[in-house]
Amino acid sequence: MTPQEIEMIIRGIGETLYMTVAATLFGYVIGLPWGIVLTVTGKDGIHPNRALYRILDAVTNIMRSIPFLILLILVLPITLFIVGKTYGSTATIVPLVISAAPLIARMVESSLNEVDHGVIEAAQSMGANNTQIVLRVLLGEARISLISGATITTGTILGYSAMAGTVGGGGLGDIAIRYGYYRYQANILWVTVILLIILVQIFQYTGNLISLKLDRRKV
Amino acid sequence: MAIIEIKNLYKTFSTKDSEVEALKDINFSVEAGDIYGIIGMSGAGKSTLVRCLNFLERPTKGSVLVEGKDLGSLSSSELRSLRCNIGMIFQNFNLLMQNNVMDNVTFPLTIHGMSKKDAAEKAKHLLEVVGLSEKASAYPAQLSGGQRQRVAIARALASDPKILLCDEATSALDPQTTQQILDLLKKINRDTGITIIIITHSMNVVREICRNVAIVENGEIVENGLVEDIFTHPRSKAARRLIIEGKDPDQWDEEHSEKKTSPIVDQLREDRRIRIVFSSNSSYEPVIANMILSFGAPVNILYAATKDVNGVARGEMILGLAKDNELAEKQISYLKERGLAVEEITGAEYDTTGN
Repeated sequence: MTPQEIEMIIRGIGETLYMTVAATLFGYVIGLPWGIVLTVTGKDGIHPNRALYRILDAVTNIMRSIPFLILLILVLPITLFIVGKTYGSTATIVPLVISAAPLIARMVESSLNEVDHGVIEAAQSMGANNTQIVLRVLLGEARISLISGATITTGTILGYSAMAGTVGGGGLGDIAIRYGYYRYQANILWVTVILLIILVQIFQYTGNLISLKLDRRKV
Repeated sequence: MAIIEIKNLYKTFSTKDSEVEALKDINFSVEAGDIYGIIGMSGAGKSTLVRCLNFLERPTKGSVLVEGKDLGSLSSSELRSLRCNIGMIFQNFNLLMQNNVMDNVTFPLTIHGMSKKDAAEKAKHLLEVVGLSEKASAYPAQLSGGQRQRVAIARALASDPKILLCDEATSALDPQTTQQILDLLKKINRDTGITIIIITHSMNVVREICRNVAIVENGEIVENGLVEDIFTHPRSKAARRLIIEGKDPDQWDEEHSEKKTSPIVDQLREDRRIRIVFSSNSSYEPVIANMILSFGAPVNILYAATKDVNGVARGEMILGLAKDNELAEKQISYLKERGLAVEEITGAEYDTTGN
């Protein structure tokens, strides 16, 4: 590999990390409250609201059914409006967030639904209001499951960001497509693939480590 | 003064195609400072009943008055502040597993705006009361069941409630730990005058700690009153099963399927028999021996035991009497004259348990 190629790959790692981390963060900004509302308004939630739940539930399902590559193209006008261009890593963050948010909402919903109903009841019996129950009981008790969910989500977003490479999305996926696939440079293809594997491993390992450190349920 | 009053309370759960009446026309009141037991088999509606007392479950009809305030008329924020007055502990403790003991006990204080420092101060004192001072920084997973329930008690007492609701609080504990928790509850009742309401399916718990008891069967209160009175004169079938046969409610059903009766009960089916209860002051005279001597006729002692009712020893005996009805009547009135509580157990009543 030439020094230029190595520099390009290093830049690619940077872009991939940038897209993944930014999309995960923005994804949670939207997906976390969304998931909380799903849990709270659900049938067994602390403030059931059938109409609201049904609408949110349907929107979540519809958005999750659209394949990422199609979504990427569908939201091009939105991307153009927000970022001002439709290529490059910053532009890729927009479809990544739109695709990650409903996934995150579902992950959050299922994590929060795992919280023992008895503990919620105990908090209610002490006069806690719903905000306090969400903040101190649901999020606090579900934190390990939430972190596992975030780890899985980050891995998925990393994969999506590589997919965005097919349409000039930047990052390692972009390099793999342009050099490895179009120019038959197998060495670059393999390097990018191995790097992607290493990145996923690092995210997974860090996530597991944090969960383990924070879990107080084990003696 | 009654601290809790329940009037004509009904609770109906509606499912898609049917309605289940979980509670039917419940009426009772609890005096301030009392320890009140609610006993019944699982599914009898007692857990629903206790949840109606702090409106975790809203009754379908009827009213719940706590210190004269009708819970149904309160706004949700008024209800939340009233709940500070009613502590609650649970069968599964329901502690925050990701918070340490200290944070669990301060939870009810900090959610109502007390500073962390003041709350910690108070929690320290409460942990002393329940005997867990050294465990403040431990996590619930590191504690035994009994210790977890102590933490739950400290947490329930944190907001200085006037009422403590215990929902099967000792059902997940072994007998020895149960005893320790009951002793702790008794001590707290004595020291602070807190009113305690205990939901249980164990007659032992009721005898050990309760002054009054309500027996719940199929969503209705079939009998209630002083534990001593019900122990001496059980009137309802449910009370008879609880007290005379010594069967806890969860054993009531077993008999249906297995038809397994103890030899005592089999023998009991043959004779005309009575149950007598000695209070502590009636045990000086050898009543039974004297009765045999004066009538010249033997009686068959089928069962005898002493049971601790509210800390007072009560002798309990089941006698098979003479076949001769006239003589049996005389024997019964002889016993009654000597101030004993006599209860006739007829065959028909016993059969009710078997079919």
